Amino acid sequence: MRILLPFVTTLVLGAAAYFFAQAGAQWFLGVLLPYLAFVVFVVGFSAKILSWAKVPVPFRIQTTCGQAKSLDWIKANELESPHTKLGVVVRMALEVLVFRSLFRNTWTTLKRDEKNGPRLVHESDKSLWLFGLLFHWSFLLIFVRHYRFFLEPVPFFVPILERFDGLFQITLPTFYLTDLLILLGITALFLRRLVDPKVKAISLPADFFPLFLIGAIACTGIAMRYVHKVDITKVKAHIQGLMAFNPGATDLEIGAIFYAHLALVSVLAMYFPFSKLMHMGGVFFSPTRNQTNDSREVRHLNPWNPKMKIRTYAEYEDEFRTKMKSAGLPLDQE
Amino acid sequence: MSKYVPKMAEMAALMNGQQSLLTGKAPASGWLETPPEFRPGNYCYSAKPEALNGLGLPHPREWDPAEADWKLPENWMQLMRDGMKARLEKNRAFKLFMDVCVRCGACADKCHFFLGTGDPKNMPVMRAELMRSIYRGEFTTAGKILGKLGGARKFTEDAVKEWYMYYYQCTECRRCSVFCPYGIDTAEITMMAREMLHLIGVNINWILKPASDCNRTGNHLGLEPHAFVSSVNSICEDLEDVTGIAIEPSFNRKGAEVLFITPSADAFAVPGMYTMMGYLLLFEHIGLDYTISTYASEGGNFGLFSSNEIMKKLNAKMYHEAERLKVKWILGGECGHMWRVVHQYMGTMNGPADFLEVPKSPITGTVFHNAKATKMVHIAEFTADLIRHKKLKLDPSRNNHRNVTFHDSCNTSRGMGMIEEPRYILNAVTNNFHEMDENCIKEKTFCCGSGSGLNTEEYMDIRMRGGFPRASAVKEVKEKKGVNMLTAICAIDRVALTASMNYWVPGVGVSGLHELVGNALVMEGEKSRTEDLREEDMDVEVKGADAQAAEKEEEKDV
Repeated sequence: MRILLPFVTTLVLGAAAYFFAQAGAQWFLGVLLPYLAFVVFVVGFSAKILSWAKVPVPFRIQTTCGQAKSLDWIKANELESPHTKLGVVVRMALEVLVFRSLFRNTWTTLKRDEKNGPRLVHESDKSLWLFGLLFHWSFLLIFVRHYRFFLEPVPFFVPILERFDGLFQITLPTFYLTDLLILLGITALFLRRLVDPKVKAISLPADFFPLFLIGAIACTGIAMRYVHKVDITKVKAHIQGLMAFNPGATDLEIGAIFYAHLALVSVLAMYFPFSKLMHMGGVFFSPTRNQTNDSREVRHLNPWNPKMKIRTYAEYEDEFRTKMKSAGLPLDQE
Repeated sequence: MSKYVPKMAEMAALMNGQQSLLTGKAPASGWLETPPEFRPGNYCYSAKPEALNGLGLPHPREWDPAEADWKLPENWMQLMRDGMKARLEKNRAFKLFMDVCVRCGACADKCHFFLGTGDPKNMPVMRAELMRSIYRGEFTTAGKILGKLGGARKFTEDAVKEWYMYYYQCTECRRCSVFCPYGIDTAEITMMAREMLHLIGVNINWILKPASDCNRTGNHLGLEPHAFVSSVNSICEDLEDVTGIAIEPSFNRKGAEVLFITPSADAFAVPGMYTMMGYLLLFEHIGLDYTISTYASEGGNFGLFSSNEIMKKLNAKMYHEAERLKVKWILGGECGHMWRVVHQYMGTMNGPADFLEVPKSPITGTVFHNAKATKMVHIAEFTADLIRHKKLKLDPSRNNHRNVTFHDSCNTSRGMGMIEEPRYILNAVTNNFHEMDENCIKEKTFCCGSGSGLNTEEYMDIRMRGGFPRASAVKEVKEKKGVNMLTAICAIDRVALTASMNYWVPGVGVSGLHELVGNALVMEGEKSRTEDLREEDMDVEVKGADAQAAEKEEEKDV
């Protein structure tokens, strides 16, 4: 159910868009839905970011993953326990761009041993890091490649990217490596949710749905390019029209597969702000990663620091005066 | 050992034979359909009304977690809801950690309790989902609409019981947070859960009793001033018996340069008291002008394990006393959670400490810039600096009978970044130091299994299971390198690891870092000895002042 439901939902969404497009709902699928999705995405995303930004960070709680700056002659690890803002920026960059924390992942197994007792064996495990990286970077590069449709003139980096992405010219039109890698990444991320019982036990429908949805987007995109080819010039004209807020002027007879693709992207955009996909924005806000480790050096302020009545020394001496005196302890009041 | 845990061989057989998520077996039922089961050894006793009254906490009553009726206040659900809402608005980490988890599972096998029990709810991600599911169900639209399908649920009494079990089955060690791609810190979630449970009077005695005692008497053990003094003095007597060095530390003395604060366990119990001997010898060795306070006689802070308010209340005593005694700065002893509070909370909560000076070592002149605002220096920083400047006369061969490995405490490694200082000291005071598996030291260190106030007898089953990952790594270096001493810079470690070593790896002792420092110190006027500070045989014979004088006499006679 956890898997079937999001799978069926994705199929139904894609198929519905495909058939509605054939039935003549291009205006809804190609104009209204993308606009709606855009608004929901921008408003939802911003609202979520704002909801985090407005909450204070009461304490400077970092997770130090290396030696702090302390004595001059001890080599501090500025990347894992940053002392300066620059260090934090680099640490965050490593986290966001190359998934530093996942890179150190380990796999722990319980080795049964009847004679000497069980023991644990820890091994390096880079699989999640690798598949995660494949998926996210492919997604990003594919997104950037789509600038060909959004911008006129096409930005200089798009053709460069396309050239590298299309290094293996084994099909016509040119085969893009990222198309393969994103599917590989998604498949691996999906399979580990089935194969590893630990990850299976924690997976929710909300973990499978984005995988299926993005997978379907990739598949419709690939299909459009290699199988059910659509007229690229029409697509570009339509997108340009949308972006110029002049959507009616172009030919909407593009091909149902395009509308399925666009509808799924729209669904993804609308789903995004309300889902775990917000980790994209959230990673930048993580207090354990984005703060300097200098809390003994610079006082961090808590806007709601509560006033507490403490037990003062005077109260303490009042209660124990006789005992303190007989123990020879100095007193403030004899 | 304890009636709350099976014998080691039985436990080993249980673990060998387990069919759990850890060994690859999927749980029989979904976690939402699996209620917690309270049995002897797997839960901590509830807090007694006296402890709650001592701290002014709400809903004091007698109740038993193993019984069905927890006697919750009538409006408990509202209290929890309001409590959660307030915390979501006050703490960004909490709100963010509720929103961004993708359940990638990187944390799943990082928790010592999961590795020791195989219980799915001990996977950090699942521990957080216990909270997150309610967050979704009570506070998000999608969760309210989708319900269970969206991984959402509402507050129920069973959920409260589940929280009690699993948020007191998290030691706030933060190992999972090292591996999380978003730095999600389960300790933050556990702390919020415990704060909320306090709102409805659901708390454990082993945390609140010490916290309440600390508030009244100045230390967790509840030692009144005269008892505290005589406890330290009796350590001094033992120390004199062994070394011939008579030390009389001052208490509550105004005008001392340094106020020294260490966990009260160091002043009272084995093996912490040997670490205390180390401190006292060190201060004597360098002629430090210091005093110990009976009012602020506790470095530890069980408020960290209860609520930020209690933490602040207890921590405030340090500055209050430092100001009254007119010292220049504060030196802190070996303790994990004490240093998490000092490093990450103290300045924020109770600063600015303008009445103190920026700490400067009176012996080496080193200014501790890293403690410029808080004005509190860790003893490992202080001692490492002394050794670096060759201010200590050390004979590491006096520790030759110790084959040492170092256990990084969770809080000092992942909460401070103190990794190299203790190693530098260890290498100077011993000749035999061996690291454990690199996957379980430094920032990846394993918890002792009993941190965050769970070091209680009735919890022994879970404690020994939670201590298993650390013990497994120690066992490996014991077999490969002949390690016989596990050194740590944490008072809870010293007690907890002693229990878990006795259980899992008999033959390995547990010591503080400064016990080994003290044992290696060549003291002026010391007497000859063949025993270390524990009065155990050393490999070498110390020739003290008495022997040297006798030798001189002999030379003269010749």
